[in-house]
Amino acid sequence: MSLRMPRSRRTRLSLFTAGTASLALLATACGGSGGGSSAAPDNFNYLSVTENTTVKTALTTLSKGVCKPANDALPLKVETVPQASLDQKLQLLAGQNALPVQFAAGNAPALTQQLAKSGKVADLEPKLKELGVLDQLEPAAVSTIKALYGGKLEVLPYEYNIEGIFYNKKIFADNGLAVPGTWDELVSAAAKLEAKDVQPFSASGQQGWPLTRLISDYLFRSLGPDALRKVADGQAKLTDPEYVKAADEVAALGKKGYFGKGVGSIDYDTAMNQFLSGKAAMFYMGSWALANISDAAQNKVGAENVGFMPFPAVAGGKGSVDQYPSNVGLGITLAAKSFDKKTGAWVSCITENYGATALKDHGTITGFKVNTEVKDANAVTTQVRDTVSSSRQNVLWFEALFSTKATTISQTNAASLVSGSMSPQQFMQTVQDALAAQ
Amino acid sequence: MHRVLGDRRAIALLLGPALLVYSLIMLVPMVWSLGYSFTKGNTIDGFTGNGVANFSRLFDDPAVRDALWFTLKYAVVVTAGQVVAGYLLALLYVFFLRRASALIRTLVFFPVVLPTVAVGLLFQKFFQVAPQTGPVNSLLNAVGIDSIDFFGSSGSAFWVLVAMDIWRSMGFYAVLLFAGLVDIPDEVLESARLDGATGLRLVRHIVLPLSLPVLMSSLIFSINGTLKAFDSIVALTNGGPGNGTTPLTLYMFQTSFTYSDYGYGSTIALLLTVVSLLVSLVVYRVSRRDLTEG
Repeated sequence: MSLRMPRSRRTRLSLFTAGTASLALLATACGGSGGGSSAAPDNFNYLSVTENTTVKTALTTLSKGVCKPANDALPLKVETVPQASLDQKLQLLAGQNALPVQFAAGNAPALTQQLAKSGKVADLEPKLKELGVLDQLEPAAVSTIKALYGGKLEVLPYEYNIEGIFYNKKIFADNGLAVPGTWDELVSAAAKLEAKDVQPFSASGQQGWPLTRLISDYLFRSLGPDALRKVADGQAKLTDPEYVKAADEVAALGKKGYFGKGVGSIDYDTAMNQFLSGKAAMFYMGSWALANISDAAQNKVGAENVGFMPFPAVAGGKGSVDQYPSNVGLGITLAAKSFDKKTGAWVSCITENYGATALKDHGTITGFKVNTEVKDANAVTTQVRDTVSSSRQNVLWFEALFSTKATTISQTNAASLVSGSMSPQQFMQTVQDALAAQ
Repeated sequence: MHRVLGDRRAIALLLGPALLVYSLIMLVPMVWSLGYSFTKGNTIDGFTGNGVANFSRLFDDPAVRDALWFTLKYAVVVTAGQVVAGYLLALLYVFFLRRASALIRTLVFFPVVLPTVAVGLLFQKFFQVAPQTGPVNSLLNAVGIDSIDFFGSSGSAFWVLVAMDIWRSMGFYAVLLFAGLVDIPDEVLESARLDGATGLRLVRHIVLPLSLPVLMSSLIFSINGTLKAFDSIVALTNGGPGNGTTPLTLYMFQTSFTYSDYGYGSTIALLLTVVSLLVSLVVYRVSRRDLTEG
């Protein structure tokens, strides 16, 4: 074989190599920027979380009923991810400029605000005004959203929740317990139940937030409704003694075993199941749990045996029991770039009809007006609806004003706090550090 | 042939394409990632340079210290466990079971081919305390000990993790070391036996030195794998409780993708790279010295 290549062939080869190289470079250069055009969507893509089935089911019902015209123009398509990986998914999609038409907002409002700042999230107030449906939203829900999302209407209130303690009336009656009005009464009721081998509370330590909510509620009752606003503004620290006290009280419940065994490995569904099968007497949860309570297949103790009480007062505290922790659940956001006429048709149909559908089919309360007469599924739903309408002032939750990082840190360490492997001081310090790091 | 390899243009032509592909898919992303460690921001807000702030943060961050300590502890304990268990199994195959070892070898190797996530879930159920009592806790209850919440404290979670990873991978090391032991000539063993070396003495003075090269490869394999452990930890504990079982890999992942801090995440990745490099160098030097002596 000849060792020398003819010159012409060599030139061709090197040209070829150079060509390939420049092509490859071009391809990598393009990869980074991505297309930013606002293409009209083919579907009403809705990214939701696996844990929430209500919105998904109710939207599907609407798409086959009153919203059929909107659905024919832009068919509903639901995709779900586990709530724990939602933030991650949204950040990646946002980076690729590929956010779906409608999506569950991140676990911390901070993420949605960040998305809004870069113009990825639709500002709904002018949009809804334009569509003539702004008045279909409950004013209370709108004000809660604005408090969370920096004064803007960035999510739709598919849920409007107040939080409190659901309790098993039968277990309370069997043990001669009255509904506790103060924290001390709550603790002594729990002690009585524990002594009789009834697990006082069920809570998900895997999710963490059902535990951290107890801390924030204690803070709102003892220090007043602006307790956490002060932390966000830097006027107070979570490590201040009066803040650590709240973590201390909640940790004490755990130390006495009131949350049952292995609280860190209990997930949301298991905690719900423990309460609905009568294995635990109390369950701190938002009113979205009414969907599960109204469902006879899940609720083995019967809806008539479930009562609702506000988070109790703390003796000598500045807060009062008619200040309800409230939220709009996992808010649902619309992408700015795909908000066109067809999406608008869907949104108007939802705002006009979602409230009634959710209440009728799922027994859940939303931030949309209920436009047709619906009979409540059960007494506890009525009780919660009455509480919502009589609620004087709304307070937020522990992580509401935190960054994504502080939210994650707080929720992943909550189980350690109640299992005693982390001291209250340590817990508050860890969360405070995460807050300061941003 | 010599004339071709002496020609620079020929070398460039022969190496060029491979070098190009290597640069594009290996070097460019690595340098790119290194570049990110001097920035702050994420894909939503965009990136801005912030000098060496990420590096000074790396030294002040207690979470990095915890994660680094956990990573090293995990690598040392799991490596020791994997290689020792593997070696003992290999000895068992060669000296006790002899030709009948095929079935046992297959059974011990079986967990290696199982998906890590499946093994993670299996161990979770195995050690769980609630809502159902797992087999381990049932056993404890049967002998009158209260259930232990294994995943409730970082100490016990660590040992469950170690047990799982050793169980999962010892079959692989057993087969690897078995190959090394089979290589030892029968005559050597025979003459050692004639000289009166049996049992432990035979292993200590004949088998161990002769299987040292393959033992060293196992060590390098194992340390490299365990320093970068990610999937098994995510499947079993997801870094919890708190960040009690969070290695550097997981902390890097959380920082970049959950907290959306790509710059700092990439700095943590750089730290991991440096640690892996240092450990590899140390093992390499130690193994070279040992080989010349043995």
